[in-house]
Amino acid sequence: MAEHREGTGPAGQLSEPGHPAKEIHQLDRVVIRFAGDSGDGMQLTGDRFTSETAQLGNDISTLPNFPAEIRAPAGTLPGVSSFQVAFADYDILTPGDAPNVLVAMNPAALKANLADLPKGGTIIVNTDEFTKRNLQKVGYDGNPLEDGSLAGWDVHKVGLTSMTVGALADHTISKKDAERAKNMCALGLLSWLYSRPHASTMAFLERKFAARPELVAANKAAFEAGWSFGETTESFAVRYEVPPAQMAPGNYRNITGNTALALGLVAAGVRAQLPVVLGAYPITPASDILHELSKHKKFGVTTVQAEDEIAAVGVALGASYGGALGITSTSGPGVALKSETISLAVALELPLVVVDVQRAGPSTGLPTKTEQADLSMALHGRHGEAPVAVVAAQSPVDCFHAAIEACRIALTYRTPVILLSDGYVANGSEPWLLPEISDLPDLRVEFASGPNGEDGKFYPYLRDPQTLARPWAVPGTPGLEHRIGGLEKADKTGDISYDPANHDFMVRTRAARIEAIDVPDVVVEDPSGEAKVLVLGWGSTYGPIGAAARALRQRGVNIAQAHLRHLNPLPKNLGEVLAAYDKVVLPEMNLGQLAQVLRARFLVDIVSYNQVRGLPFTSTQLETMLEEVIKNV
Amino acid sequence: MSNAVPVQLSAKDFKSDQEVRWCPGCGDYAILAAMQTFLPELGIPRERTVFVSGIGCSSRFPYYLNTYGMHSIHGRAPAIATGLSVSRPDLTVWVVTGDGDALSIGGNHLIHALRRNVNLKILLFNNKIYGLTKGQYSPTSELGKITKSTPGGSSDAPFNPISLALGAEASFVARTIDSDRKHLQSVLRQAAEHQGSAFVEIYQNCNIFNDGAFEVLKDPETRDAYLIRLEHGQPITLGNDGSHVVTHPAGSFGLAVREKADVDPAEVLVHDAHAEDPAYAFALSRLAGPDLRHTPVGVFRSVRRPSYDELVRNQLDAAKAKAGEPEADLAALLNSGDTWTIL
Repeated sequence: MAEHREGTGPAGQLSEPGHPAKEIHQLDRVVIRFAGDSGDGMQLTGDRFTSETAQLGNDISTLPNFPAEIRAPAGTLPGVSSFQVAFADYDILTPGDAPNVLVAMNPAALKANLADLPKGGTIIVNTDEFTKRNLQKVGYDGNPLEDGSLAGWDVHKVGLTSMTVGALADHTISKKDAERAKNMCALGLLSWLYSRPHASTMAFLERKFAARPELVAANKAAFEAGWSFGETTESFAVRYEVPPAQMAPGNYRNITGNTALALGLVAAGVRAQLPVVLGAYPITPASDILHELSKHKKFGVTTVQAEDEIAAVGVALGASYGGALGITSTSGPGVALKSETISLAVALELPLVVVDVQRAGPSTGLPTKTEQADLSMALHGRHGEAPVAVVAAQSPVDCFHAAIEACRIALTYRTPVILLSDGYVANGSEPWLLPEISDLPDLRVEFASGPNGEDGKFYPYLRDPQTLARPWAVPGTPGLEHRIGGLEKADKTGDISYDPANHDFMVRTRAARIEAIDVPDVVVEDPSGEAKVLVLGWGSTYGPIGAAARALRQRGVNIAQAHLRHLNPLPKNLGEVLAAYDKVVLPEMNLGQLAQVLRARFLVDIVSYNQVRGLPFTSTQLETMLEEVIKNV
Repeated sequence: MSNAVPVQLSAKDFKSDQEVRWCPGCGDYAILAAMQTFLPELGIPRERTVFVSGIGCSSRFPYYLNTYGMHSIHGRAPAIATGLSVSRPDLTVWVVTGDGDALSIGGNHLIHALRRNVNLKILLFNNKIYGLTKGQYSPTSELGKITKSTPGGSSDAPFNPISLALGAEASFVARTIDSDRKHLQSVLRQAAEHQGSAFVEIYQNCNIFNDGAFEVLKDPETRDAYLIRLEHGQPITLGNDGSHVVTHPAGSFGLAVREKADVDPAEVLVHDAHAEDPAYAFALSRLAGPDLRHTPVGVFRSVRRPSYDELVRNQLDAAKAKAGEPEADLAALLNSGDTWTIL
């Protein structure tokens, strides 16, 4: 843990009155992983800890990790759910390669996560769950808490369940409800240990259990029990502080990629002054976008939960035809099903935004795990020559801006746009410096209102010379009645045409209009100005690549970094940028899909570095790999 | 072209400048002509009328009408039309489809549009054959149908489109025949007036690949014995002199056709298209056998239940009533939840 440096010692008295003050150590960065059974509420616990931490002004990055099964058999390895949060007094790019602290609510959580915890790290275990039966369930022969196998770690054995049940003895709730509150007990203990403010959790509990005041009281009491345990137990000799990070002034909230993406779509509708229509079919890990958008009818957002993925994109396209901002959100299997309709949208030249929150494939693959392996499908996965614009989001917050950019391209150029997110940025979170609405791009469009031909007639396929977009003539406009469809259309008139020369012209025009999309140049970051190796990335690898590049530079190793938001069309300066370095390295969570495109396009011998483990790269792994490449240049 | 809405439109106003390219003698011509002469009477401006189709011979329909139109992809017209209808309540949206388009590749979209009661007028041209792909059996072809793809006869039982639509909770279900313009237009009129999904099966002759499929219903020699014309509020009879009637035999789930002379007049079934229980319309839909004897045409069922469009619109309107200036609301939305300020 290069970044896990201890500070200079005790720093102030934060303890509650009535307890002997414990020594406080300052840290600059901590990574905690909360792990338990799917039913233990670990996502909620992590989320609350994150919120408390955000209030304190630390920079944060989070990574949830959960099974696809809602409730795998209790206490088993497949049922383990975890939530990792990194927080620091400086700006961080990733949720951390490995935790410093593991909170293990049962033997399965310990077994599933121990390998990730470096020796010397802290383990807080709920001893109550270490029964013979639970140990056997996950294949422990003995009890790791007693057999010395955890000797290399700093283990704190806490009876979280019994402590919670004991603390709630006077509460009139069921034993089951009392036991369930053990996650709040764990949160209380961790909040004490890292000196987190707890007001927001108290307020949260009041909101969450508003209908059941007895549960508000019980969960608060469980939280306090955990906190007090930290104060009084000899098991914890010190507590820690992580001072606030230097962050740009303004209002912040912590946001996941999926929520940010959904809000970006709402914002695009507002800035375009158009109704938003989302057609979607539930699919992991994209469903949260449907959930979020369904709350925002006030903004004229309609959500249709369609009968299948094909209908979902059909609804979006039908709405676009009618003059709305038509959007569909899904994951890889859904994009595969939507492919024919996306081709229709290419032929119709109507705006359409297709959100693909990528997950590990093929087929059902690993539904809750991340991957970047849908890029080839996004770029090429349609019948015929059917180019579309492709945009990728690089971080949870960036999902907001990438969504607006996807909508800008769709509306301006009347084209389908595939917006690539993935499970890592979708479920991960980070603090978001909230933008001013007036700083967001103006996305207003003009519908066709009258004839566009010099002869006073209306030509549905007469193009804007700049954008090559055709007029958006929505039904209801008198005088512009026209027919469109999937059959090849004659240039300008849009009438059915089987003319060979016309088809050749239209195919080339559809390609040219995607190439004509105005995208910003790719920016290279190289503080030294002397780097010989460029590390290039796209999408969610931004965090680990950025952290690796920083670590290298801190050690005096020069490296240039560039990250692509636009995958189609590519930035105009990209060829020049690639040619300017001795080596270009491209890490991807696939088997080299972008590398293949860039090699073909620019004839550059790209070093493709690949991993498909369902997990993001670690910055350490990239740092090591990049250093190796740099050494050999 | 003037932007003003013509007060009085004629059939000519609804003809597009495109050359119609169905086979000579195709039943689609009759349906197109019936539609073009019928549309003016609705008094709906051309620009507010949209035809959405899928793929197949019937799906070329929108090209020939001078309204807005989309010839989409195979089977998906109901889904695309749903997106249009739900976001544009000011439009009248027709879906034109065929037996392959609606019942095979697009079966899922059809049943869900009907279940939701989307405000669509769905016209299913049923010719019991794949025409555009040159003669394979369709999901409405009779069992044992010999076609290019089933030289030994088809092995799968057909759908009954009316039964299917009723099973999918359709609020308006009707059947008519391409060659009977008066009946066709009367059914179209009722469909157009219906709020919610209106499903109309149109028996349509494919004179190339399945010629005469419905001839017994058209031939003056046979039609009286085969065809039952449903009229709401009227006794259900058939035969040119009403020689036969439809009854509901005690102890049976289904209906029966009996000689009028053998039946107590009180037992003759009076057609009630508004019956709440769809079992009645379903029983009617099962009356005809594979030989088309006792085929009812007309409106089987027409009941009022809220359309999907209305319900969605109500929620939107209620939410919008509480909305302020959109950009201020957006700023408030972004700033909601647990926020903090760095000075």
